Amino acid sequence: MIAAETDVPRLPRGVKLKYDAVRERHVLLAPERAFDIDAIAAAVLALVDGQRTCAEIVDALALQYDEKREVIAGDVLAMIGDLITRRVIER
Amino acid sequence: MTDSSQNASVDVVEPQGKPREKPAVGHPIGLLAELTHRCPLRCPYCSNPLELERRDAELDTATWKRVLSEAAALGVLHIHLSGGEPTARPDLVELTRHCAEEGLYTNLITSGIGRAPGMIDALFDAGLDHVQLSVQGATAETGDRIGGYKGGHEAKLAFAHKVVELGLPLTLNAVIHRGNIHEVEAIIALAVELKAKRLEVAHTQYYGWAYANRAALMPARPDVDRSIALVEEARRRLEGVLVIDMVIPDYYARYPKPCTGGWGRKTLNVTPTGKVLPCHAAESIPGLEFWNVREHALGDIWRSNPAFNAYRGTDWMPEPCRSCERREMDFGGCRCQAMALLGDASATDPACSKSPFHARMEALATAEAGGAAPDYIYRTIGGAPEPREAETHL
Repeated sequence: MIAAETDVPRLPRGVKLKYDAVRERHVLLAPERAFDIDAIAAAVLALVDGQRTCAEIVDALALQYDEKREVIAGDVLAMIGDLITRRVIER
Repeated sequence: MTDSSQNASVDVVEPQGKPREKPAVGHPIGLLAELTHRCPLRCPYCSNPLELERRDAELDTATWKRVLSEAAALGVLHIHLSGGEPTARPDLVELTRHCAEEGLYTNLITSGIGRAPGMIDALFDAGLDHVQLSVQGATAETGDRIGGYKGGHEAKLAFAHKVVELGLPLTLNAVIHRGNIHEVEAIIALAVELKAKRLEVAHTQYYGWAYANRAALMPARPDVDRSIALVEEARRRLEGVLVIDMVIPDYYARYPKPCTGGWGRKTLNVTPTGKVLPCHAAESIPGLEFWNVREHALGDIWRSNPAFNAYRGTDWMPEPCRSCERREMDFGGCRCQAMALLGDASATDPACSKSPFHARMEALATAEAGGAAPDYIYRTIGGAPEPREAETHL
């Protein structure tokens, strides 16, 4: 699924973003799963706080990165939607 | 983003052009902490060894804390607090808190009965991340018969409600076999009703007590196919509601499972007495000496115990594995299954259709599933049955 701009995503109990000092990268820890997180995904997840809407997350990233809002929106809504489907992110 | 529980991204790459002396050693992702073998349930498919350890032989709290700290330094991300029933240990809360302080993700693997309901609030406060609750069936009649514990099923349902009310993510784990395969659809419905986020429909793997009880547990092929179709349909119907992971029964499989993601590659297992194993059944392979955390640091064992290097990588493989294009997908399947069925731990897992013994393995399963089911040999400490004779070798 694709998340909506009005969704307010959050990481529920049992899902943790962690910097893995041994492998020198971010990982997203979830029940029976560990996702390798690249720098862009880590930037998205750092803004997932249960307060911001997806639209606000996209706006913040559009300021941070030199990229068209619609491109960022496409990537962010797909990534959050995928993690909602996997029951890693709640909304 | 990739799911490192399923890919090879954490492997160390060896320099090219240099002869290898030892297989590459990566960082383990998960550690199964078998804190105790004590358990109120008596499931006949228990994956613990037949010779169960007693309380007075168990590691103490301080040793477990040291092992958990060493695991974090070694790169372990997930700690699976298991047993037996891990809540049988009063220090479970302290160990869970220690994991949280070390940044380790904690997964409680529990029966939900015994001391579990009384301990779950304190575990939550200590930072527990996830609960995996076993169910033996969809109904009290089936569940209590298989678990050998009257009232167990109802107690599990109450425990599940408590876990969800606390806000902890819940996974239900159902081991599937001849005695409950007709309830797969109802187990899926139960997981939804209990608000579990995940369900594991895990067809029995035949080691330990399950191997001793195989003729009582082996389902018939048409029932297996039906259960797989039900899961696939439910996955589509419940997308975004329930994630369903399935373990396929490998006696009927075409290719073997990538057992533990490859020997000594991603996971390790610490027994109640401190022995470190590449998988929970590894002690069934004769000739391997497993080092103990009482004498060695965990990292030394992971890197240097010859038992961990015995089947690491691909250099140990015989044909047909050695030249197989799947050799780094399934790593030759399961060493313990090759040992149990062929008497040779380095043989290709007979679950593979490329094994010359595969047809006989499937015929064995079909014959057992078609015969009258013997009574269960229930799991009890000190109640190990006589080892199976060699006539079961293919």
